[in-house]
Amino acid sequence: MSKKILLKNVHNQGQATFDGYVNSGGLLGLKKALKKDPKEVIEEVKNSGLRGRGGAGFPTGVKWGFVPRDTGKPVYLICNADESEPGTFKDRVIMERDPFLMIEGMIIAAYALGSSLSFIYVRGEYSYPYIKTLEAIKEAYSKGMLGKNILGSNFSHEMVLHRGAGAYICGEETGLINSLEGKKGQPRIKPPFPAVKGLYGCPTCVNNVETLAVLPFIFSEGWEAYAALGTEKSKGTKLISASGHINKPGVYEIELGYPLKEFLEVECGGVWKGRKLKAVIPGGSSVPVLRADEIEKVNLDYESLRDAGTMLGSGGFIVLDETADMVEVARNLAHFYAHESCGQCTPCREGGHWVEKVFTRISKGRGVPGDMELVDSMCSQIAGHTICPFGDALVTPAQSLMKKFPEEFKDRILNGSKSTNPLNYELGH
Amino acid sequence: MTDKKFDVCEKRAEEIIAQYPDKHSAVMPLLYLVQEQSGCITEEGILWVSGKIDMAPVHVREVATFYTMYYKKPVGRFHFQVCRTLSCALRGARDVTGYLKERFGLEPGEVSLNGLWSYEEVECLGSCGTAPMCQVNDTFFENLTVEKLGRIVDRIEAKKPNLKLSVLRDEMGDGLQGNPKSEVI
Repeated sequence: MSKKILLKNVHNQGQATFDGYVNSGGLLGLKKALKKDPKEVIEEVKNSGLRGRGGAGFPTGVKWGFVPRDTGKPVYLICNADESEPGTFKDRVIMERDPFLMIEGMIIAAYALGSSLSFIYVRGEYSYPYIKTLEAIKEAYSKGMLGKNILGSNFSHEMVLHRGAGAYICGEETGLINSLEGKKGQPRIKPPFPAVKGLYGCPTCVNNVETLAVLPFIFSEGWEAYAALGTEKSKGTKLISASGHINKPGVYEIELGYPLKEFLEVECGGVWKGRKLKAVIPGGSSVPVLRADEIEKVNLDYESLRDAGTMLGSGGFIVLDETADMVEVARNLAHFYAHESCGQCTPCREGGHWVEKVFTRISKGRGVPGDMELVDSMCSQIAGHTICPFGDALVTPAQSLMKKFPEEFKDRILNGSKSTNPLNYELGH
Repeated sequence: MTDKKFDVCEKRAEEIIAQYPDKHSAVMPLLYLVQEQSGCITEEGILWVSGKIDMAPVHVREVATFYTMYYKKPVGRFHFQVCRTLSCALRGARDVTGYLKERFGLEPGEVSLNGLWSYEEVECLGSCGTAPMCQVNDTFFENLTVEKLGRIVDRIEAKKPNLKLSVLRDEMGDGLQGNPKSEVI
């Protein structure tokens, strides 16, 4: 379908070993980057048009440019491998099958930033990716890819793998930094931004696994080759992790700008069981939902999805078929956010549970007229009133599901009927 | 004041602490050591971590209670965590939970009398493409059906494999060798 950069080698036998990696063309980008001036490395990443793949889509080279090198303090690089957004399982593939790609990208980034110590923060549940990455780091040290004078250059770099312990909020970069410092993973007020005052109060850059894994290509093939892929503003390729009611769930690499409908019907094999499409959540659970009739002219890139009123986000592509009960979907996601709030800001800590309670009573046939307005009013008091974007992430699916499928919520409230297709087992919690 | 119990972890603890510019950063990996040694986070474990990294016990406790993967009370030798979030729910997570409830005859969080089994529902485990799924200790079991899950429980009951990622030895248990991988197209 389109050019593969990140998944090109994932099916190779032995790709997760140093020799396998080098045999598939690995280290070429790092060797070339180490011969350039760090400033030149940053410029080329800017030129490539690469944008952060964790969800925000901020230009990577520009983010690097914010990190000062002359403060006299160490500069830290952190690889955000805390992949926790529901529907997202793309970084896991790189860690499990091609971990040296991530490590090589990290060394390039560290060289550009002037960092001698980096961390990979991997979510606690990712045991197998943790093991594969740990093995790869050990082998990288033994082969001179990490440690002193990397590949015979003057650049030295150490890397530490850190395991999280089950907190969605640690995917937020300042929450992650607090967690890495040995605190609760509660986000910090910005400014100061991590670029200036991050880990241990030092300049810090946090990049997503996928973002870092693109770097070897940008330097082995040249930034022009990367910038030639995708659309005018959305350059390159993106990993899309597709799940839900489709025939072929999995991780796909697409060139940005790929038509959403074609992706769903061709790559994902269409909606399962011969059923009709009802809705798509294109970028992880925190982005607005698209109804089936809204996907026709939408492409998978930052601008097209924004124009359609949603976001590319992390690329967590969740498909819902005609049997999906949208009140139950709203309730399921509300439960997730209520559970994962870090508890720091009152609107989010309390509001998340209130939203879940109202969706639960609607779903159980105990909704009362005015419940939708009630949720809307709670949402407006949460969004924008919290330290981190979690509050916005919480209200987005709640409000967008009510807005796009109002009749389902209204009918349930008026009829007082229970869901005939409940999503979760009632454990009484 | 601290227990002799953690003597076996001393060497590993020192190695972990040495990795970080600030020893407070070692609180999470050290809590994993405690959990591996004691089965859950104990008060004596909190005191041991506190002493190792010069962090007030209350702060160690704060970290231990913030993160869901530190167990505050004992779980079964095989602890099933069923993903309940959207993608798994859409493909039948409720049947997975329902099966475990019936098979073990337990409520979530309860441990069977023989100490072998416990289960709970958890939020997204990042395995949405192979839904529904559950994690047993540190091992993912994916693309589940009730029949497949039944065979998995039978096999665990018969073989009692090691499904834990060992922090103490920093290498994988036997059970993790055959870990299914996420589907890649």
